[in-house]
Amino acid sequence: MSKKTPQINSGSMADISFLLISFFLLTSSINTDMGISRKLPPPLDPNVKPPEIKQRNVFTVLVNQSDRLLVEGKPGDLSTLKSLAKEFYTNPSDNPDLAEMEMKFIPNLGDVRVAKSAVISLKNDRGTSYEMYLKVQNELTAAINELRDELSVQKFGVKLSLLTNEDQINAIKTAIPVSISEAEPENVGGQ
Amino acid sequence: MARFKKKGSKAAPEINTGSMSDIIFMFLFFFMVITTIREATLIVKVRPPQASEVQKLEKKSLVSYIYIGPPIKKDLGGQSRIQLNDQFAAINDIQEFITRERESRDEVDRKLITTSLKIDRETRMGIVTDVKQELRRIGAFKISYSAAKGKALNKN
Repeated sequence: MSKKTPQINSGSMADISFLLISFFLLTSSINTDMGISRKLPPPLDPNVKPPEIKQRNVFTVLVNQSDRLLVEGKPGDLSTLKSLAKEFYTNPSDNPDLAEMEMKFIPNLGDVRVAKSAVISLKNDRGTSYEMYLKVQNELTAAINELRDELSVQKFGVKLSLLTNEDQINAIKTAIPVSISEAEPENVGGQ
Repeated sequence: MARFKKKGSKAAPEINTGSMSDIIFMFLFFFMVITTIREATLIVKVRPPQASEVQKLEKKSLVSYIYIGPPIKKDLGGQSRIQLNDQFAAINDIQEFITRERESRDEVDRKLITTSLKIDRETRMGIVTDVKQELRRIGAFKISYSAAKGKALNKN
């Protein structure tokens, strides 16, 4: 019998890997990057006239310098913003002041009653605080997400986040697009 | 009875430490996977606002960051300023920054670059609007307002 090879002492291996761990712990941060995604509109062409949009199809939200809201011409509050936006988008009682609705055929969904060309117009002042602005954005996003969920539950029985079929997800997204327009900035109210 | 009697007192058996390194390595890989190497040393204070409708940014490698907030050093004043990479910047530096970020990515991925705006909650919208206008002009349309997940509606 040949001699057994002597065991290599692997105890220090743990030390080495501990060093590596501490290096990674120091140089890294756990990825907590979350945010509200938006798509900016391309710059306006001064020669092309902006398309006419009927007043009833626009849901105007103004945020002033002292973080107060004006929703559709009336002083508003964050807590009611979401329900107002949802009502505007769905227009359950065919109110002539809210968005125009139409029956539209969307593949995978069939005929759905959707807003024709509803737009949320969000305008802020230069003095608005970012926190308030993001809260308003958040409420408007929440309104759209809830509408999408409702439609998804109605058509497929599950919430949008639980859908796995890419076609179904896209169909829902086409039916209720994120149409939040951030109006051209105006210089009012100073810094 | 004597059958089970041990032959003399043995020294305590050595514990095999070989597997210890495997465990530690597992930890190591775990940390390597869930973390990102810090992009920049912050010189502005960023306390992200809270929002409930946040989404995760999909591809970390395709995100470039713009920080806006009051400088950490108190003697530089309380006005919000822009930080790109490791230094303060002005609005017209953004174009160069974005161009560089684009050049460092694959040509296929360039359209997918998201600009994450990490903005302090007390920043005024004026500077944010300026940055947004500049990004529009350059053509970096995909943005993300960085926020922490939480309840957005706290009654004030």
